Amino acid sequence: MDMTDSAVLASRRNSGGEFSLLKPGRILTYIVLVLLALAFAFPFYYVFVLASWPNDNIFVWPPHLLPGPAFVDNYHALFEQVDFYRNLFNSAAIATLATVTIIFFCTMGGAAFALYELKGKKTLFSLMLLTYMIPGSLSIVPFFKIINVLGWYNTWLPMIIPGMANAFGIFLMTQYIKPAVPIDLMDAARIDGMSEFGILLKIIFPLAKSGISVLGILTFIGSWNTFLFAYIMLPDEKLTTFPVVLAKLFSKTSGGYGALMVGNAIALIPLIIVLLFFSKQIIAGITEGSLKG
Amino acid sequence: MKKINFTKLTPYFYVAPFFILFAVFGIFPLFYSIVLSFFKWTPSGPEKFVGFANYIRYFTKDPYFGRSVYNTILLLFTGSYVQHLFALPLAIMLNQKFVKGRDVLKTIYFIPNITSAVVVTIIFSMLFDEKFGFVNYIMETWFGLPEIHWLSSSPGIKATVSIILNWKYIGFYTILYLAGLQAIPSELYESAHMDGANVWQQHLKITIPLLLPVIFFALSISTINGLQLFDEPFILTGQYSRMGGVDNGGLTTTFYLMFLGFRLGRFGRASAVAWLQFFIILGFTVVLRLIINKFDYTIEKKEK
Repeated sequence: MDMTDSAVLASRRNSGGEFSLLKPGRILTYIVLVLLALAFAFPFYYVFVLASWPNDNIFVWPPHLLPGPAFVDNYHALFEQVDFYRNLFNSAAIATLATVTIIFFCTMGGAAFALYELKGKKTLFSLMLLTYMIPGSLSIVPFFKIINVLGWYNTWLPMIIPGMANAFGIFLMTQYIKPAVPIDLMDAARIDGMSEFGILLKIIFPLAKSGISVLGILTFIGSWNTFLFAYIMLPDEKLTTFPVVLAKLFSKTSGGYGALMVGNAIALIPLIIVLLFFSKQIIAGITEGSLKG
Repeated sequence: MKKINFTKLTPYFYVAPFFILFAVFGIFPLFYSIVLSFFKWTPSGPEKFVGFANYIRYFTKDPYFGRSVYNTILLLFTGSYVQHLFALPLAIMLNQKFVKGRDVLKTIYFIPNITSAVVVTIIFSMLFDEKFGFVNYIMETWFGLPEIHWLSSSPGIKATVSIILNWKYIGFYTILYLAGLQAIPSELYESAHMDGANVWQQHLKITIPLLLPVIFFALSISTINGLQLFDEPFILTGQYSRMGGVDNGGLTTTFYLMFLGFRLGRFGRASAVAWLQFFIILGFTVVLRLIINKFDYTIEKKEK
């Protein structure tokens, strides 16, 4: 088949599509895509609806579909029970500390595997990846005992220290650092008298930027949402994260569902703001992170 | 001289944090949990060595473990595997050239995935409330169905948890598959089209085989996470107090493990559950690998 044949075929295909075949298909596609978008978005809207009805009027038949007048009352009711902003702050602080330490230690580990001579490198690397396959629930009971022995129970430390140099992060950073950092550049820096640590900070970190942002996004979101770990290790209401407090409120519900829903709504707001600005980077980060990892 | 020595030591310093942390928080707990699983533990501490009794009891007298495994595996299919049947076609739809607003749609599909499981579960427990929930309202007024017991029956709890999981992860896998699809060269489809292959044949012969590594990867995450399911059923069914709700409908293996360990303080029994769970996960992963390998092999054979 030569060029002209295929061109004719292509034009036929297009003209056929324009008029008869493709259009209904396109409309159907859009209907499915938009309906799904509505299904995915509706629960978020519903939080704000429920958060704005007074407790004695939340559960009615037919259910509310539009926001009511009591958001402010529910807001006050929530803060009479818990200092919710404090828990949001705790979550943000723990997530930030976890992200910063993970970026530091995993870039370091990744640099070692990607750029340095290391005896038994391959074995160490596969050993590290093997550890990543161990399911977390396997060791949670003894892990808890260790945390107790260390005196870390009810502190932020178990949320930050054990995971700060983790297999997934080091693997991801190795993948990113290998093509991004030229060995020649490091050698040149050594000749200029730069220390190895200087090379790490001034050359490897800046060049590994794209990997760092992916790892940072994944870590922050993971830490921000983590429940099980915080629930076991960090029960103190003043120190703990927002999911733990929301779960507690939900199991009591004596303070009323309105207040609980305000808590959910407030917890969603930072997420929505971040997504408005960074959705592209977050989506790219998570797909790259999982496909590379 | 000194400097060169230091350079040689540097990488060992760099990987040391991982191996030290792993020794303390990874290896040690692993072996410790083996030891734990052979002892009778009460909240006050170890009582006596009991050998395999902690394991054997789950096959002889403790009905909750079997129930929790049944629930977990059922939920693995309805809550974790099913979503791939939605995510892949959805990714193919989104990948069509004419679709506008793809980025906005992607973002909306994706929000559930990065929302806290606690927040999500609370929202859904309101939506699926049996007396006043929005879902039953729709079911009754639009479809004329009787009140559905989403939260007060064992199948209802499983259905609700499955819907939550599908809602939370379909978007994630859609975007993962979309990234995989975009890596497939469009010339392949064009030449298949020339050869007279219809859309179905194209996807069957090009999309699926080329996406197989991504599919395997996605199913592996689904398996490992799905078999450790905890947050959603735990919160939905009222935490420890109700052990997974009516007929333990939401009691998953991790849930039962946590219940034994942290509610009852039975560290030995909890560790035995953890190891049995580990072998279940291992088994599923191996089977999945074998299935995929077989697929790969048949494809290669056909091409030859």
